[in-house]
Amino acid sequence: MRGLSFFNVAALTLGLAFLYIPILLLVIYSFNESRLVTVWGGFSTRWYGELFRNEPLMRAAWVTIRVAFVTAIFATILGTLAALALTRHGRFRGRALFTGLIYAPMVMPEVITGLSLLLLFVAINLDRGFWTIAVAHTTFAMCFVTVIVQSRLMAFDRTLEEAALDLGAPPWKVFFTITLPIVAPAILAGFLLAFTLSMDDLVIASFTSGPGATTLPMRIYSQVRLGGTPEINAASAILIGLVATAVVIATIVMRRSARMRAAQAD
Amino acid sequence: MKRGGVRAVGAVRQDFAPWADPGAVPFIRFENVSKRFGDQVAVADLSLDIYQGEFFCLLGPSGCGKSTLMRMLAGFEAPTGGRILLGDADLAGVAPNRRPVNMMFQSYALFPHMSVEKNIAYGLRQEGMARDAIAARVADMLKLVQMERFAGRAPDQLSGGQRQRVALARALAKRPRVLLLDEPLAALDKKLREETQFELMDIQIELGTTFIVVTHDQEEAMTMADRIAVMDAGRVVQVATPGVIYEQPASRFVADFVGEINLFEARVEGGGAGGDAGGAAGDGALWSLRASEGETAFRVDDPDEALAPGDAVAVAVRPEKMRVFREAEAADAGAVNTLAGEIWDIGYLGDWTVYRIKLDNGRIIRVTRANATRFTENPLALEERVCVDFAPDAAVILRD
Repeated sequence: MRGLSFFNVAALTLGLAFLYIPILLLVIYSFNESRLVTVWGGFSTRWYGELFRNEPLMRAAWVTIRVAFVTAIFATILGTLAALALTRHGRFRGRALFTGLIYAPMVMPEVITGLSLLLLFVAINLDRGFWTIAVAHTTFAMCFVTVIVQSRLMAFDRTLEEAALDLGAPPWKVFFTITLPIVAPAILAGFLLAFTLSMDDLVIASFTSGPGATTLPMRIYSQVRLGGTPEINAASAILIGLVATAVVIATIVMRRSARMRAAQAD
Repeated sequence: MKRGGVRAVGAVRQDFAPWADPGAVPFIRFENVSKRFGDQVAVADLSLDIYQGEFFCLLGPSGCGKSTLMRMLAGFEAPTGGRILLGDADLAGVAPNRRPVNMMFQSYALFPHMSVEKNIAYGLRQEGMARDAIAARVADMLKLVQMERFAGRAPDQLSGGQRQRVALARALAKRPRVLLLDEPLAALDKKLREETQFELMDIQIELGTTFIVVTHDQEEAMTMADRIAVMDAGRVVQVATPGVIYEQPASRFVADFVGEINLFEARVEGGGAGGDAGGAAGDGALWSLRASEGETAFRVDDPDEALAPGDAVAVAVRPEKMRVFREAEAADAGAVNTLAGEIWDIGYLGDWTVYRIKLDNGRIIRVTRANATRFTENPLALEERVCVDFAPDAAVILRD
């Protein structure tokens, strides 16, 4: 491997600074003693305490976690099924179309996804609230799950299933004892990704929520518009921590299974 | 047949030959089986009998349909025509998990998320066998393949040879009536492959299971099999013991695919049973032929009785059954079964030396000589004029 040249180091530093200085600033100011967001008044964890006493904010956080959990479960089930259909059923009619339909939500502007879902919910006269947010989040999170699980299934050695079948296991048992355990890391990674995607979404949630179902990003956004408070900084810092943890776990899980696959291949 | 009393060399078990017994009932029968993928024919109207306890080899180049045939027996593919019988039962419509047949895969297909022990126990657990019976059987199997020390390992912690053993143990654990082995030794290096060949034979004799091996490696097939079916383009070209396959190949394809062969195009002039080929044809099956190129006369001792004068055939001789000597030393150069040429290439392999000889008609043939002594006075050199010859019973006449 080549050593880092001055240029590389500079480029890396600038790039990372551009990405992370705002976030770092936010985390630092969440430990600010002062009530004023822009003036440093010494280190304190006071606002974290305030945060946990701020009932509307806590309620929003609870809604967010519940939505994220429901979303992750449904997105994982539907996404995995879609991945199985795409990899296992050969070249069925309309396969290309189906693939395109699965991938489209990934690149669709969120405003459009949100607006179209809102129109749908209004059209079928559905009361907007917790479940409409969860449904909306599931629709866009499941395509990410599909992509992750599909890549694992493509690398899956089908002779393992044939071997299990040959040893006397009926097809459903082959699926649960061989296929699922081997694909599990990808499914777990997809679950975590769906969870974080749902947790930090603002746009789609804003379109599809109703009275009584305000998510944390929505609450933060509306409070900041009235003027930022250090509490919001603290809430954001926690949110960043949660999302980062989930992403790191997902990455490690995928790495580990990729290593296992490489070891198996030689 | 003329050689009825003479035993062909190369039979593994001299007293095991159910195929020669007209009263023996085949254990596995392929009856006019064919398999098409789209408009591609993988197996074409193939019939084959395999007997209980046999070590049977399907040998052929890649794409000859041998793997498809095996996968049809295992149940992963359904024949498009004909039927496959195991014992008296027609296997049509029987799911792979319900066939008394187990398979060892070329890639071994060990379950990466299970230990060696769990891999071997997998098939037994599907049978609903009692826990202690499973443990006992797994221990037996580990002992059989000498892997007791590795019971707790994961497959990715094993070497290629060890994985092969685990795959074998797993496939044998259910005591199948037939074990299918798909290129079982292809992933091993040469030394290990040879050792494993003999181990497989020992295990097969110990268990008495019918083994069917698919391979493209003729050496592997020759070493292990009781009988070999040579396949080409979805058809069986010859089924016989390794000795017969090698010494009496049925066609040019078999002669060329199994081992090395020199072919001389020739035309039958006369001879055969009752005919007069001249010379000491006491048993009356000596044919005289004339090479299509040049004026060489051949005399070949072949039991084929259906040849007629004028037939275009090939005289086939294995390289090790030809002699090579200096032209000057040849007392009767130009005599029957003698060809002149010059040494074109010499390959020294240690145990053998391979001479590639360019004949006067431009053809290059191959002659091998065993290096029975360590030193040779005055060895043959490149570009030296030589003669090669062979005995009448060293050659075979091939009609197609």
